[in-house]
Amino acid sequence: MVTGIPENHIVRAIFEGLAVKNPYTLEPEPGVAESWDISEDGRIVTFHINPEAKWSNGDPMSAHDYVWSWQRLLSPAMGAEYNYMLFPVKNAKAFATGEITDFDQVGVKALDDLTLQVTLNERTPYFIQLMDHYSTFAVHRPTIEKFGKATDRYTPWTRVENIVSNGAFRLKTWALNRRIEVEKSDTYWDRDNVKLNGVVFYPTENVVSEERMFRVGQLHYTNSIPLGKIPLYREMENSPYVQAPYLGTYFFLLNTTRPPLDDVRVRKALSMAVDRETLNKTVLKGSNVPAYSITPPDTLGYYPPQLFGYDVARARELLAEAGYPDGQGWPGLELTYNTSEDHRKIAVALQQMWKDALNIEVTLTNQEWKVYLDSVTQMNFQIARRGWIGDYVDPNNFLDLYLTGGGNNNTGFSDARYDDMILHQAPQAATREERFDIFYRAETLLMEQMPIIPIYTYTSKHLIHPSVNGLPPNLMDSLNLKYVWLDRNWQPEQAGD
Amino acid sequence: MWRFIGIRLLQAIPVILVVITVTFFLVRMAPGGPFDSEKPVTREVKAALEAQYKLDLPLYQQYFSYLGDLAHGDLGPSFKYSGRSVNELIAAGFPVTAELGLYALLVALGIGCLAGIAAALRPNTPQDYIPMSAAMIGICMPSFLLGPLLVLVFGIYLDWLPVSGWGDIPGDKILPSLTLGSAYAAYIARLSRAGMLEVLNQDYIRTARAKGLPQWQVVLKHSLRGGMIPVVAFLGPAFAGLLAGSFVVETIFQIPGLGRFYVQAAFNRDYTMILGTTVFLSVLIVLFNLLSDILAAWMNPRLRAQYGK
Repeated sequence: MVTGIPENHIVRAIFEGLAVKNPYTLEPEPGVAESWDISEDGRIVTFHINPEAKWSNGDPMSAHDYVWSWQRLLSPAMGAEYNYMLFPVKNAKAFATGEITDFDQVGVKALDDLTLQVTLNERTPYFIQLMDHYSTFAVHRPTIEKFGKATDRYTPWTRVENIVSNGAFRLKTWALNRRIEVEKSDTYWDRDNVKLNGVVFYPTENVVSEERMFRVGQLHYTNSIPLGKIPLYREMENSPYVQAPYLGTYFFLLNTTRPPLDDVRVRKALSMAVDRETLNKTVLKGSNVPAYSITPPDTLGYYPPQLFGYDVARARELLAEAGYPDGQGWPGLELTYNTSEDHRKIAVALQQMWKDALNIEVTLTNQEWKVYLDSVTQMNFQIARRGWIGDYVDPNNFLDLYLTGGGNNNTGFSDARYDDMILHQAPQAATREERFDIFYRAETLLMEQMPIIPIYTYTSKHLIHPSVNGLPPNLMDSLNLKYVWLDRNWQPEQAGD
Repeated sequence: MWRFIGIRLLQAIPVILVVITVTFFLVRMAPGGPFDSEKPVTREVKAALEAQYKLDLPLYQQYFSYLGDLAHGDLGPSFKYSGRSVNELIAAGFPVTAELGLYALLVALGIGCLAGIAAALRPNTPQDYIPMSAAMIGICMPSFLLGPLLVLVFGIYLDWLPVSGWGDIPGDKILPSLTLGSAYAAYIARLSRAGMLEVLNQDYIRTARAKGLPQWQVVLKHSLRGGMIPVVAFLGPAFAGLLAGSFVVETIFQIPGLGRFYVQAAFNRDYTMILGTTVFLSVLIVLFNLLSDILAAWMNPRLRAQYGK
């Protein structure tokens, strides 16, 4: 079971979903399924599995693999963190929470070996996208059962010598904390279009080390780059630095259940007093995009409302109305962030902006990651740093965070109209325009209450060696290794630079 | 002697038990658990996960069940590396850390002893001041500064040595060993200087010189054994310190050693992994301390007589 973004690259190299994303357009294209039909009302999706799709041991893939794998994912005993990815499927949630125990009632059927029929609760425009999420991938039943029960976590089925997978590559070496090597799979259905012979992944928890490895030529592609190095790389000719908008938002949670943040005027004043443009230019070295709402702009063509801007005068007015003219009588406020140099810089900048603009004191507290997570879940904070990266490209993935009592809400925000729009109106919308219009109104409602202070939209930042091709930047930062190739004829323009 | 070793080993058992108990309950007291993540899981999922790893049992039952497994040498499954046992992770990481520690120790001994002896031979001259000032800088300079500096000079400007990895590219073991060893080299230089100075002022050294022995014989044959006793006494704690303290160097150079597992385990609240590594390291530290005591006894007849009783 995988839950992280770096792991994602490896799993997607050795496994493949029913449908995959084209890295250039992010539109779904055939994976294990060579095609799929969606019924008129959008509730029945039928996948036609490619007869050429095979497991790495040569076994053919079948619709039964999916029925079994999804049952495993949804089994309560499995405790899969991402089981909610399949919750759009009829009765999937009931099965996962133990309300029903008969998997036949869940909307997944193998009509024959190569036809998988999925019944959804309601029209779910992003369902096909979810097939490219690793949680919905099929796993090889005989392999898993050889080493234990389907739902056992502590089994050696993922070892190099045991694992059976279905992706363009297969696992070759797994040296713990050292490197993972994958090699081109000779059973993959589209093997003729796979250009790389293999890929080596190095685990790096230190971006500075990663950049050094890139500099001396040990890496072709980095996951990130130290903030301070960005200006340097920007100035280079033929810079290997590639930056692109990313489906994620950096923001601060406001605990609306505790004074003084229970007053919407205070929340708005704080948000308006943040000069996001300057913050982005100076502290963040221009590496991101200022944000004024939760959903990143151009999420599948959707643009969020912008209800406010940087407005110190209005912020001071609001704060005065709330009873703190020029910061008088201000009870103090504590901002919590998880330990990280970059988060600290942003927190300090905010602290200063609030001091300058509103004459109020905010204290900063940093907490180690797990302590911070605990504080956020318990709502044991006043302001807390937060980031959200989309699992799929759809405004729903950001807006359903703020449903009443949602596991990621953590702000106390609750509005029955909002819940109704997200849960009932949007799924029933007939067209994309209508659906986005409902999202827009819901998001307006949300930002009028300002339970969060959006700061910026993330960008993906990579160093990519000039000889690497087929790694286009995209909103999901999704790389499909099948498309990647190395230019053997590439020569450094200046020797010894 | 055997009696001495036996008693020391028996004494180690309560020490290690205390380490286990304190660690076991301390990690449980830390806020957050192994299955908390940025995207919180539902209550059902968390309960299922805890059931899979027996975290749903009362704490005292977990404790005794852990002790029971430990008695069989089983450190349990890792929570973070699913499908991997802690034994296996330690077996993967320890040889690397041990190798790194050994090279670092060789670096430390080589540089440290040479510098210390040289300084002791001509005290209060430049031959003393220069290595001793360098040692002072070595002690003061933390490895997270020295490491990147060495990388900058030898890896990037001079392009002589690789900057990361362990055993992947020829020469990639040099910089980490130097970085880790240098702080200990500095200590050893100071210790060996002090030890040698004391011995060189002894009457029997004057006798040796008086009978016309050449300098190298005086140093190697007569003074070294006595002068190195402080260094040997330091070796046990030093090697244990090298093993337990190598995580900074392991992180800088992307070395897949035990230290990195240890730090990650703490951040991940990987309870069994934290405990397993702590127990493993504490056993090692006890053993190395014992080993260095035995070595010191072998080198110092007075101590040997005391233990021999």
